[in-house]
Amino acid sequence: MRGKIITISSGKGGVGKTTVTANLGLGLALLGQRVICMDADIGLRNLDVMLGLENRIVYDIINVVEGRCTLPQALVRDKRLRTLRLLPAAQTRDKSAITEADMDRIAHQAAEIADYVIIDSPAGIEHGFRYAVKPADLVLIVTNPEVAAVRDADRVIGLLEADGHVPARLIINRLKPALVRRNEMLDANSVVDLLAIGLIGIVPEDVGILAAGNRGRPVVLDEKSVAGQVFRNIARRLQGEDVPFLPLKAPSFLKRLFGAY
Amino acid sequence: MKQMPIALKGTPQGLLLKPQAQSWDVILNALEYALQDTADFFRGGRVILELEGHTFTEDDLIALRDLLERHEMELWVVLGVDEATQRLVRAHGIRTRLPGTATPAAEIGTPETIFARRTLRSGQRLNTPGDVTLLGDVNPGAEVIAGGNIVIWGRARGVLHAGAMGDETTVVCALDLNPAQLRIAGVISRAPEQRRRHPQPEVARIEDGVIIARPWTAKG
Ligand SMILES: Nc1ncnc2c1ncn2[C@@H]1O[C@H](COP(=O)(O)OP(=O)(O)OP(=O)(O)O)[C@@H](O)[C@H]1O
Ligand SMILES: [Mg+2]
Repeated sequence: MRGKIITISSGKGGVGKTTVTANLGLGLALLGQRVICMDADIGLRNLDVMLGLENRIVYDIINVVEGRCTLPQALVRDKRLRTLRLLPAAQTRDKSAITEADMDRIAHQAAEIADYVIIDSPAGIEHGFRYAVKPADLVLIVTNPEVAAVRDADRVIGLLEADGHVPARLIINRLKPALVRRNEMLDANSVVDLLAIGLIGIVPEDVGILAAGNRGRPVVLDEKSVAGQVFRNIARRLQGEDVPFLPLKAPSFLKRLFGAY
Repeated sequence: MKQMPIALKGTPQGLLLKPQAQSWDVILNALEYALQDTADFFRGGRVILELEGHTFTEDDLIALRDLLERHEMELWVVLGVDEATQRLVRAHGIRTRLPGTATPAAEIGTPETIFARRTLRSGQRLNTPGDVTLLGDVNPGAEVIAGGNIVIWGRARGVLHAGAMGDETTVVCALDLNPAQLRIAGVISRAPEQRRRHPQPEVARIEDGVIIARPWTAKG
């Protein structure tokens, strides 16, 4: 049986797609799953940096498209978790170097040798977004609790709905419970209400995430990190487990959340 | 609120135009303006002009036909003109009667109505010359544009435009009416800055030239 293809998308840039891809890839690998992370952000490659695999790259996805190497040759194995592999983007090319059909073929080929293929989509709703969601069995929409990001997420969900029937789930990233309590940030409930798709995780704002990204050691590997725990929980939910949502230091807000789910 | 210089109404036969002002300059200007917003409905469509008690010269005819052609519409029928003008109109290959019917244009049947059941998301748009009923939310960044009335059984947050072809008697109803912008015919209102805590169903209509929203009760 082939593995599941999951695309991480958002519409708006900088909301945390690459962060989510790296952490969920490792999170699933921690559960013993064979994972291939694909960096589809051709020309703006950074999944390799976040995973700390930058200096091991020999080939990239465009080399595979052009037949200069095979898919297994291009995969970079994680030094910590041997069941995680990365298919890097090309840094010196642009998105026109790959078609939807190429992406579809390579993702499905990867799914033959992995339990999960996780695709880090570029920002936007143009070609890069289109080819990244083409092979997906599931799309995880990442948004921040702010008006512009939610609006773009809504647009992306609309495009997915118009296009076919690929299921989508929501990850709310960078939530600050203190701001929500003071009514200075959208709460998770209003975001979920508006987007009207199932929620699979709420990741708090965490300075550790930035540092972890820079060091190439995602927070999911840190036993003590709350954000890390959130990512480990999302990984288990992807595995079909029913994991309760973590309290994010704001009981009143959580009560409402549990009321809805 | 002044009357619009020209009334537009979608009908199954085509777009019905009824000038209200006397000056053709004013009429054509108003039409040009109205079509900027609504031409999408009618692209490639036919136009029926009803001229009750208006003078109509050959220059007016040509100006109108050219304006419509720029919006990819065809001047198809001209109704309600005297014998001499009828001959002039026919000389340009334009009809002076609706084919196969003696029905007055004003009684032409109802235009197309849309019923939809979904969330209308950012970047999506529903539009029709007739009425719209939506079972679901209109999210921020989405648009509903209707020649007729709009009924939203859900939260209305995007842009809503009823009476888009000039009908000032149309209404907009929603369970939670808080659109970014609400338009009825040519009248515009924007959302209040403060969002209500406990929304209630409301119906908005034009009263004395401004849009007023009132509780939406069984009496409508
Ligand atoms: N929960 C969080 N708390 C704090 N910082 C975060 C969080 N999530 C992401 N960041 C930071 O936000 C920045 C953008 O994240 P990331 O690169 O993952 O976004 P992206 O959606 O992939 O961006 P792009 O659209 O450019 O590809 C990074 O510096 C990252 O460390
Ligand atoms: Mg990225």
